[in-house]
Amino acid sequence: MCQVGEDYGDPAPEGPPPPPRPGLRSRELKCVKCKEGVPVVVIRAGDAFCRDCFRAFYVHKFRAVLGKNRLIFPGEKGLSRDSAKRLRFVPGVIYVDEGAACGQSPEDRAKTVAEMKLVLQTLGFPWHIVALEEVFGLSPSVLRCSAREPVGAVGTYKVAVDSFLQQQHTLGTERAGGSPSPTQGEERLSPPGTQESQDPAGPPPAAQTEALSRLFGSVKTLTAKEEFLHTLRTHLILHVARTHGYSKVMTGDSCTRLAIKLMTSLALGRGAFLAWDTGFSDERHGDVVVVRPMRDHTLKEVAFYNRLFAVPSVFTPAIDTKAPEKASVHRLMEGFLLRLQAQFPSTVSTVYRTSEKLVKAPRDGCAAGPRCLLCMCTLDVDAAGLCGGGGAPASGRRGPGPSGSSGFLCLQTVPRLSGPRPPVSPRRSPPPRGLGLEHPRRWAAPRTAARGPGPAGGKARPVLSPRPAPRSCAGRRVALPGPGRGGQVQLCSRREDSRARVIEQLCYGCRANMKDVVSGSRPRVVTGEVHPRGSVPHGPSPTAVLSVAALLGPPATLHLGRGPAPQPKVPASHTAGGAPFVCVCVLWGGGEGPSGPLHLAAGSQRVASPRASQEIQEYLVENGAEETHTAES
Amino acid sequence: MPAPQCASCHAARAALRRPRSGQALCGACFCTAFEAEVLHTVLAGRLLPPGAVVAVGASGGKDSTVLAHVLRELAPRLGVSLRLVAVDEGIGGYRDAALAAVRRQAARWDLPLTVVAYADLFGGWTMDAVARSTAGSGRSRACCTFCGVLRRRALEEGARLVGATHIVTGHNADDMAETVLMNFLRGDAGRLARGGGLGSRGEGGALPRCRPLQLASQKEVVLYAHFRRLDYFSEECVYAPEAFRGHARHLLKLLEAARPSAALDLVHSAERLALAPAARPPPPGACSRCGALASRALCQACALLDGLQRGRPRLAIGKGRGGRDEEGSSGPPPPPPSDPGSAPGPAAGGCGAACKERCE
Repeated sequence: MCQVGEDYGDPAPEGPPPPPRPGLRSRELKCVKCKEGVPVVVIRAGDAFCRDCFRAFYVHKFRAVLGKNRLIFPGEKGLSRDSAKRLRFVPGVIYVDEGAACGQSPEDRAKTVAEMKLVLQTLGFPWHIVALEEVFGLSPSVLRCSAREPVGAVGTYKVAVDSFLQQQHTLGTERAGGSPSPTQGEERLSPPGTQESQDPAGPPPAAQTEALSRLFGSVKTLTAKEEFLHTLRTHLILHVARTHGYSKVMTGDSCTRLAIKLMTSLALGRGAFLAWDTGFSDERHGDVVVVRPMRDHTLKEVAFYNRLFAVPSVFTPAIDTKAPEKASVHRLMEGFLLRLQAQFPSTVSTVYRTSEKLVKAPRDGCAAGPRCLLCMCTLDVDAAGLCGGGGAPASGRRGPGPSGSSGFLCLQTVPRLSGPRPPVSPRRSPPPRGLGLEHPRRWAAPRTAARGPGPAGGKARPVLSPRPAPRSCAGRRVALPGPGRGGQVQLCSRREDSRARVIEQLCYGCRANMKDVVSGSRPRVVTGEVHPRGSVPHGPSPTAVLSVAALLGPPATLHLGRGPAPQPKVPASHTAGGAPFVCVCVLWGGGEGPSGPLHLAAGSQRVASPRASQEIQEYLVENGAEETHTAES
Repeated sequence: MPAPQCASCHAARAALRRPRSGQALCGACFCTAFEAEVLHTVLAGRLLPPGAVVAVGASGGKDSTVLAHVLRELAPRLGVSLRLVAVDEGIGGYRDAALAAVRRQAARWDLPLTVVAYADLFGGWTMDAVARSTAGSGRSRACCTFCGVLRRRALEEGARLVGATHIVTGHNADDMAETVLMNFLRGDAGRLARGGGLGSRGEGGALPRCRPLQLASQKEVVLYAHFRRLDYFSEECVYAPEAFRGHARHLLKLLEAARPSAALDLVHSAERLALAPAARPPPPGACSRCGALASRALCQACALLDGLQRGRPRLAIGKGRGGRDEEGSSGPPPPPPSDPGSAPGPAAGGCGAACKERCE
């Protein structure tokens, strides 16, 4: 099969290899398009373009992508990082200053921002410069995921284009005498309202900068840092987009970048979300859609376009600058693909074409369930933490049953709750009884499978519903003898609890990242609280609110939430030691009606039968290893 | 720096840190945990129902040795009976030593062993003969293609011979992760859609297959064999250059260094991929010659053998080469472009895994 694979996959160079350079010069090749211009760039093997044809080719590609996907309606506002010419929508440009996360000095950051401002001012588009620190100020109302807009059907798109053209025509005739036709690069459509360019309101407060760099300092691996930065950046951009009325966010990811991102996401366990992460449009955020219009351009094309047409650029160090290649999955994957691409020139396009065959719908049988708190994707781990929800009993063609596999993985992935070790080893004080009820839980990660349906409408809300019984670890430890210890034990288990509750609302990939966030037994914990939809009986908006809070330095407490302000669940004794709360991020809310996406049909996603858990427990008990898998141990 | 205490028994010194959880465990606790996880995989996926007669594909390598050992430990609990089935590909100087290891295992664990040989099943074709026959084609890698496809068939035959109801193979998480990486790098959407899951249910008359070790990383498999002092055979096949898989394997090793759970994350991803319906291969039919599962008129094994008999061994290999027309002249539907004529059946990680020498 290697053979088959080789034949199929080993990217054969397309066409004959390009002639050697001296030959190229001597033969006086002409541009393959116009047949007369002097070629300046060879895009694919054998295709030499002259400057003008390359420009036309490049711009046409951009338009073609937008036209093909028919997502951006004329006159719409889009937040873009590129300049675009004669677009029928109104772009604005955003720059996020990530200096704090990348360890830049304030002076360097100021210099970069100033340079950036200069570049942006020449563009003629409204622009926004924001510092990453502003994520601390995000309020839930702007981040709330609002109801999903229906994606425009072909008919509506045509109607919109027609009416737009008509409107333009009228405008044009009205203006006919006065204004000359707009010069290239200048927008005819002026954005409604005033010029929205936003100056950064001075450097962000030093406390926030420090908090941010501490936050990134508490992330142990570069892999998790990059993912974390990406999450924060996305939320911030969405925030800006929402507050300024942009309906689309465009990113300049090229085909090469997207292929790298695809493979990276794959390696980070985000297989279920590849279409969201790398597709043309990403509607996961509801009202603001992330669009990737450069996805047909290769990195080489982009680089040459920028060089040939002197597109101004500003160089800033990124978070992975100067890191060795082995430092992160991102870097490794980038290096690997680019090297393979140099060897087999169709590597990137092969990966990219595969990505187009991916769909956003979850694998069959997996209904829209709760979303990940961080990346907002539909959770790809099952409620009980045990089974592959995506595995879906419905999918007949997939192996024997819904494959307890992924769930099993997720169980393994749930990070060990940080926090001090329980003072008494559980082994020396085994739980007296109640094995039957507690054991499935251990296997099923913090969420118990055996828990009955929640009070509301028969929906099990494992995290959110009032607990019928105390969690096993807490219950057990509190029962331990030893005066004066109970309090501490209780506290620690509560903190573990809240962290566990955050974690169980994350997708597989985000859980894996969270594993890298905390440093061992130090109480520098990323923790949080989750407010159930519906826990506020008739609240203004039954929205689940998360605040992932980091016990960091300065008391820059803020709360994200609606309804009753969430009380920090970290006991006073923990914050008194100079480690109060800083909420970093973000809210999560579904827009899918009052019952909300958090509900988990009781039992429907359970795959591991009680028999399984029971037997495993018996096995473990027999073999004297009953504690092996408790997340707490 | 002394090793930390075992996180489970708190008595012994830890001997390893588990890739998936970072937990430090001692050897004994690790082995117990490993066995419990395999048990969980089998039970939660309902892979082996009680009463099943399970054919364990045994090559003598580490994966199949560990698999056989673990299943033997778990057999009373699962209520299954085990049969070892080994395949003799007829590779001189390599297979004999491996088979000796399998025989030792069978004798030590008191498990019935059946050896099926290519020479008997496929009209005298041993791998050495195939290699000689394909040598002229200039691409010796073709050996893996033949071997993978034929071994799959041989294992099926062997399992039927011993009256098995299920087949288990020793693929581990690293194998699956390499396969998914490879399938992406060569854009094989059909196989990506087919992969995932823990095995095949056994449609179309084929025996159900599963991979109970799919969630165990290679490192853990090796360590389990180490702690249990298992005796296995660890030489690479003489015909195994594995060029493209080599790329994927190298990458996987680097990824694991950056993030220890990378292999498991990739397996998770592979299971959750959502392929467009158009990318999925059509349901397989039956081979017109032997009745086995096939996505074309002839199953891959018959097609390969056919080519060998006619002295055109490369007939069934490759995409869009000459020969398909002859072979398909009896009017089969043209194969889908995404399916480059793989091993029959929708399962077992596709051909990517089948080519592996250890695809027992």
